[in-house]
Amino acid sequence: MQLFNEEELKRIEEIKSHYPDARAALLPVLWMVQEKEGWISPDSMKYAGDLLGVPYEHILGVVSFYTMFNKQPRGKYHLQICTNVSCMLRGGYELYNYVSEKLGIKNNETTADGMFTIEEVECLGSCATAPMMQVNNKEYYENLDTNKVETLIEEFSKHIK
Amino acid sequence: MKIILKEIPDLHRIDVYESNGGYSAFRKALKEMSPDEVTNEVKNSNLRGRGGACFPTGLKWTFMPKTGDKPKYLCCNGDESEPGSFKDREIFEKNPHQFIEGVLLACYAMGIKSAYVYIRGEYYKWINLLQAAIDDAYKKGYIGKNILGTDFSTDVYIHRGAGAYICGEESALMNSIEGKRGYPRVKPPFPAANGLWGCPTTINNIETLANVPEIIKNGAEWFSKIGAPKHPGTLLFGVSGHVNKPGVYELPTGTPLMTIIDDYCGGILGGKEIKMVIPGGSSMPPLTKEECLKANMDNESLKEFSSSIGTAGVMVMNEDTDILKVLIRIAKFYYHESCGQCTPCREGTGWLLRVLKRIDDGKGRLSDLELLTSVAQNIEGNTICALGDAAAWPVKWTVKKFREEFVKRIPKDEIDVPVLNKVHSLR
Repeated sequence: MQLFNEEELKRIEEIKSHYPDARAALLPVLWMVQEKEGWISPDSMKYAGDLLGVPYEHILGVVSFYTMFNKQPRGKYHLQICTNVSCMLRGGYELYNYVSEKLGIKNNETTADGMFTIEEVECLGSCATAPMMQVNNKEYYENLDTNKVETLIEEFSKHIK
Repeated sequence: MKIILKEIPDLHRIDVYESNGGYSAFRKALKEMSPDEVTNEVKNSNLRGRGGACFPTGLKWTFMPKTGDKPKYLCCNGDESEPGSFKDREIFEKNPHQFIEGVLLACYAMGIKSAYVYIRGEYYKWINLLQAAIDDAYKKGYIGKNILGTDFSTDVYIHRGAGAYICGEESALMNSIEGKRGYPRVKPPFPAANGLWGCPTTINNIETLANVPEIIKNGAEWFSKIGAPKHPGTLLFGVSGHVNKPGVYELPTGTPLMTIIDDYCGGILGGKEIKMVIPGGSSMPPLTKEECLKANMDNESLKEFSSSIGTAGVMVMNEDTDILKVLIRIAKFYYHESCGQCTPCREGTGWLLRVLKRIDDGKGRLSDLELLTSVAQNIEGNTICALGDAAAWPVKWTVKKFREEFVKRIPKDEIDVPVLNKVHSLR
């Protein structure tokens, strides 16, 4: 397996220089893997292990510990909806249930066409702008309600087609 | 009184920050002050950590060894994963250079050559914002080799987390930087002796460090006179829940809670009454309505109500709130986030959640309330890190302060045989 190109390998060398021990570059390298592949497969764990001199078992332990590392492929749009207290008080569960019903999927499930995954997540530090949703570990969509989330999902569906 | 979130347009830009006195404290320290003088200034200011434990920052810095060949490290804790906390992202967005200047002053004071800023993985946007600010500071010669022509050199790196509440605990955070599972470490040894890669390390919260430049610029005495004497300065209060204007408000410590809610947040949503307020992020014991009317928002004052300032994440709940449902959500969070190392926390958080759910399902018994307290007390203090306490406190204190809310959910015809109950809970 050769996942990274020349430029990316150079970037990894640069990241390694931030730390006295190359193994510390594991989290950044796993982020790069996920960015590229959408998830972290056993093969890419082995590949990352070879790059950094870390045993596969250690990487498996790390990947399984952190919730943001995808242990299986996700939909093209990974909808992460917070239901922790501050969001819950402002309708986080209503939002989550609405999206879940609309797409016909439950927590951590993906639609049959592979387009959407829904996940109930813990507090994302967006409490004053609750309820909220993060998409693909990146963009925050805040101050949501069922109308706004419906528009968003329609918008995403257009991009897919 | 604004120390961090000043109302200056475009303050996030390095040129705007500089033209408003930015990096002058760092220049002053490099030219006129010895590292110990910087530490002493911070110590005399009585600045206390903003991450929840309120430990005196200057004192923490003095724990770092002055001799020895081992490299020393600074970790800046921007994990911000405590539910109800969202203040550090405001600093990354609005005033990142003041935080960076604080990092540089801390590095200078402690003789540190590498600083790692640990930011939760979800803060993708804010990681990019801070990285852009760090890049600008490198370009201007504030970070890097031979800073501003002196022999002082230091680097600042961002380390992105990947979704684990526990990594906000300082020793778990260090393991996460080292590329490991975020397991808290047994203390002692303490980080100042044995931290990152076995080297002396100091861990400070983002907001704590952002205060430092103003302390160096204006003096310890100036800072120590702001707000509550034993817990001086300002706090970034992150108010969420049932208020009209939720948001981050920088106010002096000791500001009355009701001033924050009524004067700054526009009162309770829909003109309702308050039922409960969690004053400092979800792990802090809640306040009843009567307590809210009397509470001042600093650590010493909140002790009176068996609570604490935590991360100053104020969660406000109105009279219609189902306290049991809120507590179940909090218990679910700690059950999910327990790292699993210590039995009392790994098992106890699940027990708390299941007993609370049993009450919600209408199958509770009066003795469940004692059971919840007992489980909570057997977690508290019996774990490697404070996550155990964080899981135990809200349950213990909510059951104590809002007992009626739970009693009314227990069927009247229930047979309350403590022994049977014990057998049940063991199943």
